[in-house]
Amino acid sequence: MTVDSADSTAAAQEAQPPRKRAAAKKSAKKSTGTTAAKGRPELVQLMTPEGKRVKNAAYDKYVTDITDDALRDLYRDMVMARRFDAEAVTLQRQGELGLWPSLLGQEAAQVGSGRATREDDYVFPTYREHGVAWCRGVDPTKLLGMFRGVNNGGWDPNSNNFQLYTIVIGSQALHATGYAMGVAKDGADSAVVAYFGDGASSQGDVAEAFTFSAVYNAPVVFFCQNNQWAISEPTEKQTRVPLYQRAQGYGFPGVRVDGNDVLAVLAVTRWALERARNGEGPTLVEAFTYRMGAHTTSDDPTKYRADEERASWEAKDPILRLRTYLEAQTDTDEGFFAELDAEAEALGKRVRDAVRAMPDPDHMAIFENVYADGHALVDEERAQFAAYQASFAEEGA
Amino acid sequence: MAVQKLPIAKAINESLRTALESDPKVLVMGEDVGKLGGVFRVTDGLQKDFGEDRVIDTPLAESGIVGTAIGLALRGYRPVVEIQFDGFVFPAYDQIVTQLAKMHARALGKVKVPVVVRIPYGGGIGAVEHHSESPEALFAHVAGLKVVTPSNSSDAYWMLQQAIQSDDPVIFFEPKRRYWDKGEVDTEAVPGDLHKAVVAREGTDVTLVAYGPMVKVCLEAAAAAQEEGKSIEVLDLRSISPVDFDAVQRSAEKTRRVVVVHEAPVFLGSGAEIAARITERCFYHLEAPVLRVGGYHAPYPPARLEEEYLPGLDRVLDAVDRSLAY
Repeated sequence: MTVDSADSTAAAQEAQPPRKRAAAKKSAKKSTGTTAAKGRPELVQLMTPEGKRVKNAAYDKYVTDITDDALRDLYRDMVMARRFDAEAVTLQRQGELGLWPSLLGQEAAQVGSGRATREDDYVFPTYREHGVAWCRGVDPTKLLGMFRGVNNGGWDPNSNNFQLYTIVIGSQALHATGYAMGVAKDGADSAVVAYFGDGASSQGDVAEAFTFSAVYNAPVVFFCQNNQWAISEPTEKQTRVPLYQRAQGYGFPGVRVDGNDVLAVLAVTRWALERARNGEGPTLVEAFTYRMGAHTTSDDPTKYRADEERASWEAKDPILRLRTYLEAQTDTDEGFFAELDAEAEALGKRVRDAVRAMPDPDHMAIFENVYADGHALVDEERAQFAAYQASFAEEGA
Repeated sequence: MAVQKLPIAKAINESLRTALESDPKVLVMGEDVGKLGGVFRVTDGLQKDFGEDRVIDTPLAESGIVGTAIGLALRGYRPVVEIQFDGFVFPAYDQIVTQLAKMHARALGKVKVPVVVRIPYGGGIGAVEHHSESPEALFAHVAGLKVVTPSNSSDAYWMLQQAIQSDDPVIFFEPKRRYWDKGEVDTEAVPGDLHKAVVAREGTDVTLVAYGPMVKVCLEAAAAAQEEGKSIEVLDLRSISPVDFDAVQRSAEKTRRVVVVHEAPVFLGSGAEIAARITERCFYHLEAPVLRVGGYHAPYPPARLEEEYLPGLDRVLDAVDRSLAY
């Protein structure tokens, strides 16, 4: 069922007629897990943690095309994203990467939303959206350059309409909003997705993005992955109200979706994107999920959170959930899983090899692309640096 | 009529008008830039003629103004944003420094963010706190940004259009206390390089290096000094990042004495950089150390004290005398 923060807004009522909302609530009560907890906001959920499909009157219509084959594709995306992520963590441990922000546990939130986007949509990620990048067709090895320290981004954002990772928290919400304002000016029906986390919801830039997007009716979907922790700060340190409810104050709908339910995330994001395309303006989607690993390889979650908490979320594992469903409800055979495992291993090897083969940048790269039109001081310092470097070559000769 | 006599504010208005007419991707954005025409009326009439879609009144949120301008630039637009006053730019400083300045490099040159940030700056108008600051050094220090400031109507007209045409982010500081000073603008002229300095007055004894609002003060000082038989050269820097050090060097080698004048605090200000460069480039030509005249290491004072704080004719002439005394 849906929990629509903007009950009073016409847009929200149109999206979720009250009758359907009641029906959805009834079905959700049957489910177990996070949705049933008394006194807490309920989640849009289409599949229980036990892998049982549940009906949802409001959102089922957004996934009627999702056949068993399509479900297997989503499963594959999640497995590949997790395998890629695991390889990156390993590479960091082996000293091949300086840092890595793991997405472990957030595969459904990323794949469900990423697969909801259309080719001409534009994504503004933070720095953990490896699964979204995968869905956008970005070569995963491209994501590693900045973490290996060979560049500060390094891919062409316009190749896949996937902006560079943004490290300053929440900045990209404004870029997404501005970009969406441009989309609207162009008369295009593309939409824009801004990713950020629960911590970023405290940032002024996110609040300003909400304001601007609402005022200009920008076709942007704010996709907040509430993974419960901003490094060591729990969500309670960010907010006194459920995050999706923030949208109400800005005049657009917000909805909380089970972020570990790839089907529900897909449905809800499609709904939000459709609103954007139809000129109905922004939406806030809060994907309620969990970061199973550390914030980055630099921190130690055992210092700030209880083992039992992680264990409780392991039971809601997004990949396991879909696998249970595929095994029990579809004709997916073992061969599919075995082939996928082999494919994932091949990805791991490709990533490993690519990282190790990644050359250090040329020294002169320091001065490249500082300015588009050039700058006298950069030219001067480049020449000085080149002469200095050349002096070593002369010494050696 | 190609040559008109216009106050700086009107020259900027005409410049924006020309830019809006010639490129449909140019947008003007900011607080109160629409119906009101800006608190200094610099954007007067633009929304009426180009519509709310091109001349955009924004929410009162500086980070939002610059951040959304970045997004619009990524979509192919050329936003010219107005920050209402110098001291109000700091809520947007994060977006300018961590995003606007670095995106081109981050993308290995694959994206351009041609955003112009217009900031009326400097004192002398009797304003309250945060309305009279000169933070240019804070922006010039950041690689990826270009920083320019006109001192007269012609430069205001041409430099702004060049800034808008630039594929780089440009911080465009407007000397607000000179907004009403009139000067000739030739709208059919061929403008000089945006980042070249200009000798505003020839002289042989001492060079005054200045920019923006201080050029007028220095020209007045030079005129006063002439009555005492001193020949003062005034170099209008125009561009603070990059600085035209070749022009500075030429003048320094000619007069052998240099005084740098700006409103911003002297400590770690652009004058410090210029003095250091002169020392590096033409140490043996100098007859005196490079002197600096500027603001103090104190918050910009209340209006009743600003004439004590701002470099005026006497302080500049005093520095000229000190230079000549070596």
